Amino acid sequence: MNINSKQLQAYLLLLPAFVFLVGFTHYPALATIFDSLMSTPRAGRAPVFVGLENYQVMIEDPVFWKSVTNNLWFALATIPLSMGIAIFMALWVNDKIAGRSFLRMSYFLPTVLPMIAVANIWIFFYTPDYGLINQALQLFGLKSQNFLGNPDLALASVTVVAIWKEAGFFMIFYLAALQTLSPSYREAAQIEGASKWYFFWKIQWPLLMPTTIFVLVNALINAFRMVDHIFVMTNGGPNNASSLLLFYLYEVGFKFWDRGYASALTMVLLAILAIVGLLQFFLLDKRTHYR
Amino acid sequence: MKKLVSLASTLAASLCVSTAALAQTEVSFYFPVAVGGPVTKIIDGYAAEFNKENPDLKVVPVYAGSYQETVVKALTAHKANKPPAAAILLSTDTFTLIDEDAIVPFDNFVKTDEERKWMKDFFPAFLLNGQIDNKTWGIPFQRSTVVMYWNKQAFKEAGLDPNTAPQNWEQLVSMGQKLTKRDASGNVERWGIQVPSSGFPYWLFQGFSTQNGAILANSEGTQVAFDDLKVIEALQFWVDLSQKYKIHPPGVVQWGTTPADFMQGKSAIIWTTTGNLTNIRKNAPFEFGVAMLPENVRRGSPTGGGNFFIFKKAPEAEQQGAFRFAKWLTQPERAAQWSIDTGYVAVSPAAYETQALKSYAADFPPAVVARDQLPFAVAELSTHDNQRVTKALNDGLQAALTGAKTPQQAMKDAQAEANRILRAYR
Repeated sequence: MNINSKQLQAYLLLLPAFVFLVGFTHYPALATIFDSLMSTPRAGRAPVFVGLENYQVMIEDPVFWKSVTNNLWFALATIPLSMGIAIFMALWVNDKIAGRSFLRMSYFLPTVLPMIAVANIWIFFYTPDYGLINQALQLFGLKSQNFLGNPDLALASVTVVAIWKEAGFFMIFYLAALQTLSPSYREAAQIEGASKWYFFWKIQWPLLMPTTIFVLVNALINAFRMVDHIFVMTNGGPNNASSLLLFYLYEVGFKFWDRGYASALTMVLLAILAIVGLLQFFLLDKRTHYR
Repeated sequence: MKKLVSLASTLAASLCVSTAALAQTEVSFYFPVAVGGPVTKIIDGYAAEFNKENPDLKVVPVYAGSYQETVVKALTAHKANKPPAAAILLSTDTFTLIDEDAIVPFDNFVKTDEERKWMKDFFPAFLLNGQIDNKTWGIPFQRSTVVMYWNKQAFKEAGLDPNTAPQNWEQLVSMGQKLTKRDASGNVERWGIQVPSSGFPYWLFQGFSTQNGAILANSEGTQVAFDDLKVIEALQFWVDLSQKYKIHPPGVVQWGTTPADFMQGKSAIIWTTTGNLTNIRKNAPFEFGVAMLPENVRRGSPTGGGNFFIFKKAPEAEQQGAFRFAKWLTQPERAAQWSIDTGYVAVSPAAYETQALKSYAADFPPAVVARDQLPFAVAELSTHDNQRVTKALNDGLQAALTGAKTPQQAMKDAQAEANRILRAYR
């Protein structure tokens, strides 16, 4: 091969990043595929090739299916709601209103707080009888609820915390995008007498599309990566009612030390995230208008 | 030139320092924090004191999170061939640690008569979970039992004797009914009794099941008795407290908020670890009492908490250092102070003979309730593949408490799942 010195320099400059990429992304992914086809090593028992047995176990595992369904509901609720709220907040704090910086900061605050600490506080918000939310309910004459201890409410309760956290984060992207829009559009719309809604729907929303795609992909990934609140608030309970895919994966991998099965679960997660990535690449990207 | 000289001298100096450090054996030690209070500060203080008394050793305590996080870190390090010399881990993880070939028994280190006596001086109940195949794998350190806290003010209000806690299941129900307070529209203002069921419901459930005369697992850790009639009855009683008698909050009750519920006066009686004693004593705005759990066919509570383990892949010198630290840490005076500072049960009868703990108990009698309960205590549920078997039971308990399954169905399912997991170890 004939590489001139300029090319060599380029390769050398790329090398550090490449080493990290291989070491922390490609190699683990390949090792996981391999591990998912092996039995779990125990002391004195080396791993042996078991083929698709781990996947067979997965298909018959009710907790796995419960975690997957929970995760789909979780994604279905968090993504549209957190994005919708984010746009609404961004439009609001983009206007020239009193206390704008304070509002912006308040919305962004959940993102910068350590989530484990916040989840602990939310446990107290959800406490039956004297928790903040139940006190509010009782003010309106409603019955106090055991949010985290009722299987019908536990998943919804952790979902709300996730939305609360995500919306502020996504708002920042929308806000940044809104600020790059030229003010001449708004002036033109005002001269034409367009309503606020019309201006948003016909002008701002299409122009925000690249941001929306970016946020959507992030939201999707976050929905399948979510784990920290679950640990603190419900531990997947009651009876797996709030177990999510990554939480279950952690349990199998680091509580049960079942490496083979955990690798198989990781493959499922990887597949989901890969589909999300490809979706963006082939479908959404083409329909988006970039300036 | 001047620069070069100073550089050389700094280098030489730093080399000297590092050779001096080499003469010391560094003993890394992972520990979790599971109860309120400045535990990290106390442990760091112990390490500093120990290092002063033993110049050839340097114990380096590493706070590693919750029990679960600590065992994950320790086992991951073991798998990477770089384990800590020692760690405080749940006593119930002993089977897992042996199965992973991660720890060495203390019998390997015990040589002198004095050391043999040291091993015998612990409360027998605390050694149960750590002794397998006639070897002692874990030394009791931060140990606890479940105890009952009761709000004396609420007892007075309900027309009960504030100095007597319920002694048996019947009294628990009858007193609980008097203690449960509802407002005009039927909302509960104060529950009679509250037993948490999030996170590790099996532990508190072992209170009920032991009192009903059941033992959940054999000592080889290969057989469980979840579908035993006595176990199902015990679960039925727990479920009845909320569904039939309506004196216990419905659904799953949070472990973390239970002490707060008690201190807020939202629950007149709670069951929780004796490890919360110091926390509640400092923060409860009313007079409270601590009692043994009530009896049914017998009294009973599981033991709980963490043991001191020594890791197999650590170098011999570090293991020896860890062993010396374990002995030092469990001396009666130190165990007594640890108990006073945290509320954990001191690990040996000798600790209760020390002046410090004697005068503390005279001033604050609840401090010895957990010790008095020890003769009735049983081993905490622990089997091979422990966390998985325990999850099967936890899921069943929560299913019954939330009404998704009957106690009988829930325990039958849990038994089937446990049998499937344990088959490999029989």
